[in-house]
Amino acid sequence: MLKRTIALAIGTAMMAGTAHAQTNIQWWHSMGGALGEALNGLADKFNASQKDYKIVTTYKGSYPESMTAAIAAFRAGNAPHLLQVFEVGTATMMAAKGAIVPVATVMRNANEPFDPKAYLPTVTGYYTDLQGNMLSFPFNSSTVMFYINKDAFKKAGLDPNKAPRTWKELRAAADKLKGAGQGCVYTTSWPSWMHIENFSAWHNVPIGTKQNGMGGLDTEFTINSPLHVRHISMLADMSQKGLFTYAGRTNQGDAKFSSGECAMFSGSAGAQAGIKKAAKFDWSMHFIPYHDDVKGAPQNSIIGGASVWVMGGKKPDEYKGVAKFLAFLSRPEIQMEWHTKTGYVPITKASYELTRKSGFYDKNPGADLPVRQLTNKEPTANSKGLRFGNFVQGRTVIEEELEAVFSGKKDAKAGLDDAVRRGNDILRQFEAANK
Amino acid sequence: MEKRVVFRSAWLPYALVAPQIAITLIFFFWPAAQAVWYSFQLQDAFGLRSQFVGLQNFFTLFRDPGYLHSFRVTAVFSVLVAVAGIAISLLLAVMADRVVRGAVGYRTLLIWPYAVAPAVAGVLYAFLFAPSIGIVTYALRGMGVHWNWIINGDQAMLLVVMAAVWNQISYNFVFFLAGLQSIPRSLIEAAAIDGAGPMRRFWSVVFPLLSPTTFFLLVVNVVYAFFGTFGIIDATTQGGPGQDTQILVYKVYHDGVKAADLGGSSAQSVILMFIVIALTVVQFRFVERRVQY
Repeated sequence: MLKRTIALAIGTAMMAGTAHAQTNIQWWHSMGGALGEALNGLADKFNASQKDYKIVTTYKGSYPESMTAAIAAFRAGNAPHLLQVFEVGTATMMAAKGAIVPVATVMRNANEPFDPKAYLPTVTGYYTDLQGNMLSFPFNSSTVMFYINKDAFKKAGLDPNKAPRTWKELRAAADKLKGAGQGCVYTTSWPSWMHIENFSAWHNVPIGTKQNGMGGLDTEFTINSPLHVRHISMLADMSQKGLFTYAGRTNQGDAKFSSGECAMFSGSAGAQAGIKKAAKFDWSMHFIPYHDDVKGAPQNSIIGGASVWVMGGKKPDEYKGVAKFLAFLSRPEIQMEWHTKTGYVPITKASYELTRKSGFYDKNPGADLPVRQLTNKEPTANSKGLRFGNFVQGRTVIEEELEAVFSGKKDAKAGLDDAVRRGNDILRQFEAANK
Repeated sequence: MEKRVVFRSAWLPYALVAPQIAITLIFFFWPAAQAVWYSFQLQDAFGLRSQFVGLQNFFTLFRDPGYLHSFRVTAVFSVLVAVAGIAISLLLAVMADRVVRGAVGYRTLLIWPYAVAPAVAGVLYAFLFAPSIGIVTYALRGMGVHWNWIINGDQAMLLVVMAAVWNQISYNFVFFLAGLQSIPRSLIEAAAIDGAGPMRRFWSVVFPLLSPTTFFLLVVNVVYAFFGTFGIIDATTQGGPGQDTQILVYKVYHDGVKAADLGGSSAQSVILMFIVIALTVVQFRFVERRVQY
């Protein structure tokens, strides 16, 4: 009896499988919590819109974790079709010819319309090779923003509607906040992304030679310039005086701000969702501060977040499904849904327009600030983005050296010199491994 | 009289050890051989291109001040963990050995932390000592101590040492307690009759008799500090701030898994392998001979 039931169940399951004859497309991602729900919402919508393909999403942990998992899976011969990779992994993926298929190629082979020019230039710049081929599909992009706690400003006798625009103003406000008894005055998430990478773009100075590494593997870091040293020593000084509280290498600063512990904060535009949920005070979001004596500043900020890579070695029919799905994701209304739900920036001009017309920005004042900061000026070679081999390791090196400076173990010049030296070793190693 | 079991059939003993041999070969020898092979190679992350570079990965390592720094960190860390772990557990064992009422209860409670996985112990300590929300941090702030291991390297080291020691004390405790209980009462009583006070009895009679146990635990604790504490480091400091808590085994993980530098990471594990071999030799040469089971 039991045997028959099992046989029947297996038979039914097999029939169910063949009846649809759907092609499964595996998508590994790193969107946890509310972001993961939004992502699954997109996949469900696509799956409901047609019958031939089914997008199967799998949460694989943090960005570095899912990238590691995909590399291991590729080595074992069962990589997913689609993989969400954070921006610092871009150069590693780009160099892995054979492991990936450029998005432009996938779309061309499947005859799906695809116009890279539809995307914001700061976004395309990041994921396009020098010949103008878009290699990965920009998916969730954010940038770094500056937030203030308006209640804390009021308490310190500062005008809550006048957030500091420059570092000089921030320093003055910090002194006042400290004087009013604010325990943690300023903190940041993603220290390297904010204070080295975006800092450089915002002040139009290079992070590395060869257009921040976009021009070739023989790039070298240039983050020990006098301007960098000046900025980092300013932060170190603020750290010694209790005006800047170091929170950690990732997004630990978010909680320090949303809990009301810190009055000023720089972090991802994507932090808004969490702040909205947790903050029991009045707050506002602004452009990141700049040094007003630097010529040309502020330039434009650069993106963070992730793009979707198409992995190699799959069947042609599966690539057709991948192309269809990517075309679906590029639709302005889908982009708008993702943008308004998550707080990530709209990455095509059409979706930005559509969101504006829908009245979303009127209802949510300031929601378009990240896009405006990204497109503040026409991007230069210094502010297009960056592409450094093995930058996961490179960023760790920068953060280690920043920690040594902020804790007072090294001065800013020594720390940044060491970051450049150690970072360049990693770049040379990457160059040698990818010859 | 030595007892010997004799198998009648020639193949049966081999068949019985075969599963263990197979497991050892597949899970220990094969990966170890691969690590040695990779350590001579320069590979991209996806394994698409690899070239033989001889000993270059090793030269690069020893030229890297970060790697030498990691050696120093590991040395400091393992000395602190081993010494503190052994001292505290010895004290606890001596105390527990004297307890008359409720001895089983005390012992059980002292052995309990060993059931906690290192990663969980790490998370526990990370929460207790979290820079902004930790309850201990709050108490410390009340006492005027500025506690922030996110940026203070010495505090970070203290944190991981505390978590590692706490997790290991139970293990040491069990061995010390067993050691104490196997010391003949008559020796201690004889010393007492000769007029030796409790301190004198401990240092002149008990401690020397415990020395094989202590030496064994020293080796085991050093090995634990080298390798077993990975979960604690990963759950708390992840090697930071700077590289102040980046012990060798964590650096292997970071460079190999997170940073996808398989060659450099393999070279590091080969060096670690030699360290383990040395420690094992020490243990077998000097410890196994002296400890009486």
